[in-house]
Parts: sequence; structure tokens; C-alpha cells
Amino acid sequence: MPDESYPDDLRYHPEHDWARVEGEEAVLGITWYAQDSLGELVHFEAPEVGMTVSKDGPYAEVESVKAVSDVIAPLSGEVLEVNEKAVDEPEAINADPYGDGWLVRIRLSDAAEADGLLDAEAYRAQVAEQ
Amino acid sequence: MDATLRRTPLYERHVAAGARLVPFAGWEMPVQYEGVIPEHLAVRSDAGAFDVSHMGQLHVDGPASGPFLQSMLSNDLERIGDGEAQYTLLTNEDGGIVDDLIVYRMSAGQFLLVVNAGNRRTVYDWLKEPEARGTEVRDASDEYALVAVQGPRSLERLGLAEAPAFTHGMGEVGGIEVMVCRTGYTGETGVELLCPGDEAAALWDAVRERGVKPCGLGARDTLRLEVCYPLHGQDLTSETDAISAGLGWACGLETEFTGAEALRRLKADGPERKLVAFVMEERAIPRHGMTIEGGGEVTSGTHSPSLDVGIGMGYVPAARAVPETELVVDVRGRSRLARIVKKPIYKKEP
Repeated sequence: MPDESYPDDLRYHPEHDWARVEGEEAVLGITWYAQDSLGELVHFEAPEVGMTVSKDGPYAEVESVKAVSDVIAPLSGEVLEVNEKAVDEPEAINADPYGDGWLVRIRLSDAAEADGLLDAEAYRAQVAEQ
Repeated sequence: MDATLRRTPLYERHVAAGARLVPFAGWEMPVQYEGVIPEHLAVRSDAGAFDVSHMGQLHVDGPASGPFLQSMLSNDLERIGDGEAQYTLLTNEDGGIVDDLIVYRMSAGQFLLVVNAGNRRTVYDWLKEPEARGTEVRDASDEYALVAVQGPRSLERLGLAEAPAFTHGMGEVGGIEVMVCRTGYTGETGVELLCPGDEAAALWDAVRERGVKPCGLGARDTLRLEVCYPLHGQDLTSETDAISAGLGWACGLETEFTGAEALRRLKADGPERKLVAFVMEERAIPRHGMTIEGGGEVTSGTHSPSLDVGIGMGYVPAARAVPETELVVDVRGRSRLARIVKKPIYKKEP
């Protein structure tokens, strides 16, 4: 397991999801805190490519041995790509939540939504209170 | 954490080891230390230790205790002698399972019952009320700690000699006198060590010093489900009977006990549904309470760390309860294929 970290270049949703905005697109995943709380992940129920995800709504599930958890979309858009590595080896989400363990890439429907997300400092403060 | 939760004598050890603690059957118990998967695999390949002090211990003593227990418990108690143990069921008039437990025979007039944590009070009441003259039923759970050490290297690590399964005797681990029970809930060789509560920490430390990995209830659940040991409250309840659950082997149907008549009838007529084991054919993890299409229900489900696939047990109509039959499990609205397999799901390589 990696050490706890929340990279400065990401935006965060309070439900422990992150987004890396890249122009009209964004890469989404779950935070270090989320994967640590869930424990060793053994299943990633990915959305279909082409599906629309809505900010604050569930778009996928991750499961540990003991429990299942919805993954909440930090931003809205259309799924362009699913990380097949996270499907085949869900432990990659634990090992590298911001790198190899990313979940989906979306085309943003409203780039301005990102302004409503937390920056790393604000998210770190939220996690520190939990 | 809820202040009303009870703690075992090993609570401080679990906190110090960084265990994740969760409420379980009214107790604050470690669900995992390092992680469910490494703990599970350590038990399959080497040895792991579990604090199972939350389980209940009832002493049933007296000259009439043998016949009394024979009249209350499903299995034929006459099959075991002093120093032996037996898996058995406490059944109601309908053959429903009030609890599944292990009875240890010390002598003809001395028995120890180890019962599920959540059923401790129920079993005590169930036995105390009809307590026969010449029998004393006593709940001694608070006096004891119970540490299970399980895995192919468990005896070697503890310096204990081999002994047949379902036997028991006094022994010593790390200078502490313990009742060594050759029983467990993992499908591996191993022991369950019973000692006075105030010696539990020293016993735990001695076990840890011998290189045995601490394991939580998370691994205990995946280990037992891989080998299809049922869990009371999920696979077995007072609404499910021993025959449907596939536990006819733990019923001495030629003896008389509460529920015997109902169980004999069920066996003769054939049960309407049966508890089967299954493996997912598609990527998904079955969970307790999910629906199986065609009139069935998942009673236990998890991810199998040994097989790296979703596994489960559940009740299905008897006509479909045949190995290789395909099942469809409703996984939160998605239909996912599974296949019935012969029990156990995980078989040790020869």
C-alpha cells in the first residue's frame, strides 16, 4: 500500500473521488482515503463506454472482500474509456489510486463544474476531520 | 464506537497491533490487521491466529447431563467418548436450527458446549429451562478466552503433537496451561486454545512470538466459506432445517431429540430446497440476501482469496440442487451467471 497522499494537481469530491481535468476531458478515480477505508479491492464494476455520468451521482462500484461501495462522479460527462487494468486487477486501485488505478476517462459536459470541487488542501482538511 | 459493545481480554492487543475493529454480535472485534487477503493466505499456507473469545462456553455437568444433552442436541452423543468432540445442532420442534455448536465430552457427566456469540443467551435459556434433575447448565463464557490457531504449520509453530480432529486434552503453550481442542472453522489443520481470560494476553503473545500471523474475522469468514462451513444467522437459522442445510450427517435420527420427528419426516419426503455451494461464472461478488432466479437466495457470498473468484452458498429448489447446474444471481439489478459446485468449494491440493 502506498503512503497517504492527495496530489495538488487534482480536484476532489467530498465523497472521496478525484478528477484530473485535461482540457475538454477528465480522468476520474477514488482517493487514497477511499481505497484505504474499503481495504483490498477485488472487483471494479465499470460503466459502459458511452454512458453518461452525472456529477454527484453513482457511476460504478468498487468492492472489497467485505463490502461494496458506489463510486460517485465528481463531474458530469460521457464515458470515453474504462481502465481495463483496474477491471482485471482491482488491486491496482489500492496500489496506485492516482496512476495505474484510475477508473474512467470522460468527455466533460460542463467544464465549469470543476470550480465547485475541492482543491487538495480543502480535501486534506476534510479527511483530517474524519 | 458504541459504548455498549463488549471487548475480549485481547482488545488492547488488537488495538496495539493496528487492527480494524468492527461491531460483531454485540462485540467489538478485529475484522482485519494487515488485510483479509494476506491473512487468509497465511492460514492456507502457514498459520494464523484468531481471537474468538466472543464465542460462548456453557458447562453442562451432572450424572444426568449425557442423557439430557442427547435429548436436546441433534447428533448422537453416544458416538463420542471422553476427550472427544462433536459438531451438533440445537434444533426446535420443526427441526429449525437454534444454533450449531461443538460439544466436548470431558467425562460421562461433564460436557463443554462452545456456541456462537450471538446465540449464547438463547442456547443457555433453551437448555436451562428444561434442565433435568441431575444436570447443571452454567454459562462460563466470561471466564474464558478462546484463541484459534489454524493452518498447515500451526502445530509445528506451537510445538504441539498431532492428534485426530475432534479430540481435546490439556496442553501447554508458552508456559500457559490450555485446553487444546482439535477443532476449527477454516478447513485447515489447527487447534482452538481455551484458557482463563486473565491469561489470554500472555497466550496471544506466546502464539505471536512463534511466528503465527494475527487474523481477523474477515479472513475467518472467507476461509470458512471456501470450505462451506455454514454460518448461523446466514446459512442456518431457526427457520432453516438441518436436512435442507445438508447437515443430516450431524443428526442422529435414530435418537430422540427436540425436532427429531420433523427431521425424520423431512428426510423421508425430501426437502423443498437445499443449501448449495456455487462459484461465479461471470465477474461479480455474491452477497448475503441476493436473489437467485427461479426461487432461491444467497445466504453467504464473498470473494475467494484462494481461487480469486466470487463464491457463495444459498438455498435453491431441490430439483435444481445438482452440481454443474447454472444459476443466475441478481447482483444489484444485474444478472450474473454462477455454477453449482460440489462442496467444499476450495479443496486442498493432495
